[in-house]
Amino acid sequence: MTTTTPPVTAREPATGRHGRAPLSEGARAERRLGWLLCAPAVIVMLAVTAYPIGYAIYVSLQRYILSAPQLTKFVGLSNYGAILSSPFWWHALLVTVIITVVSVAIEFVLGMGLALLMYRTIWGRGGVRTLILIPYGIVTVAAAFSWLYAWTPSTGYLSALFNNSAPLTSQPKAIAIIILAEVWKTTAFMALLLMAGLSLVPEDLLKAAKVDGASAWQRFTRVTLPLMKPAILVALLFRTLDAFRIFDNIFILTQGNNGTGSVSILNYDNLFTGLNFGLGSAMSVLILICVAIIAILFIKGFGTAAPGTSLQR
Amino acid sequence: MAATTQQKVGWSVANIVVIVLVLIPVVWIVSLSFKTTGSITDPTYFPVHWTWSNYSGILTTSTFLRPLLNSIGIGLIATAIAVLLASMAAYAVARLQFPGKALLIGVSLLIAMFPAIALATPLFNIERVLGLFNTWPGLIIPYIATGLPLGIYTLSAFFREIPWELEKAAKVDGATPFQAFVRVIAPLAAPGMVTTAILVFLFCWNEFLLAITLTATTASRTAPAALSFFTGSSQFAVPTGSISAAAVVITIPIIIFVLFFQRRIVAGLTSGAVKG
Repeated sequence: MTTTTPPVTAREPATGRHGRAPLSEGARAERRLGWLLCAPAVIVMLAVTAYPIGYAIYVSLQRYILSAPQLTKFVGLSNYGAILSSPFWWHALLVTVIITVVSVAIEFVLGMGLALLMYRTIWGRGGVRTLILIPYGIVTVAAAFSWLYAWTPSTGYLSALFNNSAPLTSQPKAIAIIILAEVWKTTAFMALLLMAGLSLVPEDLLKAAKVDGASAWQRFTRVTLPLMKPAILVALLFRTLDAFRIFDNIFILTQGNNGTGSVSILNYDNLFTGLNFGLGSAMSVLILICVAIIAILFIKGFGTAAPGTSLQR
Repeated sequence: MAATTQQKVGWSVANIVVIVLVLIPVVWIVSLSFKTTGSITDPTYFPVHWTWSNYSGILTTSTFLRPLLNSIGIGLIATAIAVLLASMAAYAVARLQFPGKALLIGVSLLIAMFPAIALATPLFNIERVLGLFNTWPGLIIPYIATGLPLGIYTLSAFFREIPWELEKAAKVDGATPFQAFVRVIAPLAAPGMVTTAILVFLFCWNEFLLAITLTATTASRTAPAALSFFTGSSQFAVPTGSISAAAVVITIPIIIFVLFFQRRIVAGLTSGAVKG
């Protein structure tokens, strides 16, 4: 046993003493390990997206129309100005927001129900889970074609519901049909994530609550839901961000006609149909900003359930 | 806990209702695949004239079989690598303290949310320069990059929920950190990993935009892209029958894949890892 302390540069042993000098041996090793484990993922993501994002921002500051390349010149933020003052943009944004909010809300409720079913059903578990995932596994383009045929007057079995009045050409009905196609396809995505979250709720807690006299509904809202918060955050966040960028279903069903175009359809029209790379790139950046705002709102709203925030250890 | 008859009946009804609602459009696709080209515009739910010609048409041509193989291969490889990298990063995010953690996951999320439409052209340019155009890695790498954010978020949510004590107990029992991970943590994280694997695989399977932009021949073209190049019986006919048949054939591996993995979606939390 020694009472002498080593001079000046004392290095504390790596015994995991929390709350002490932050650069202890143990903490340093932890940092290195943390960086090391994250590095491959970060490298792959950056390698794929750094150049495209940089390129898009660069082009968005120019007037660059592919069919008239000799007119290319630096125009600063005027592309952004043109978009933000255009009623087309705001209309597409409104349509996108409506589709996003409605379809995610429906998918969340249905997805939660399906998750409970897939998790707790007494028989046929494997079959039910597989069958529910089939819509998500059918290639979007093919499924969209089948919906197109179903709703087209005189070729489909569903258009008769609307007295063959071509529902795909009327804006509210077309949007409802698009939402239906989205919900049918991706509810399984929500259900799968929510079911994985359900499996994290310990059975013992639920049994204890039952013993304490809680009803099934109370057990669900007071025990299950709070413990599922991280899974709910992931499911809602990713589904919302995906729904905001909806493209395939609208493209096949209506091509964005009759006021059903989302911001991604508008982006496509400008980039590939209009060949206006400057404007299209600016729009891509704006869509990214919208997506970022949504993500920030979600993460702030969910607070401590967000991954990366520290738990008490 | 024995289930009462009433409970059994209740669940049966719920199961059947859900299955029927989910499958109505699927049966429609199958029936479209059996309709003859002439009768494709019949408004009947089931085909009046049945034919196998749509299936025989697509299965005898290499312009479909090879893309199917591409889809399976690219999907599996991208999924495996993505889950591996995401697990490592998620473990670090959930368990370890290091500066820049929140920034990392925030930025990773944003990066993956950039509209694919704007990614397509720059990626096309890079891949042509690097010689990755029209190759398997040319699609695998972007798919990994897109699947990583979802994987990292899902898996870190899972890792957080697993009690820290388990690892400590394992170390006290003499396990190395790697053994602790493989024997104790990984089984509990299995639902998260399987879920992530299924979702990433299905994303790669469905992905269309990058698939048509970054491929040129059947060397690497995936099934959704191949679908869009189907030709109908004449220049002006949309080959709905062939597309539907292709969709059905493509979905069968999915069903097998999911059936194989779905049992692992639920945790073995009752396997007695933590006693008392």
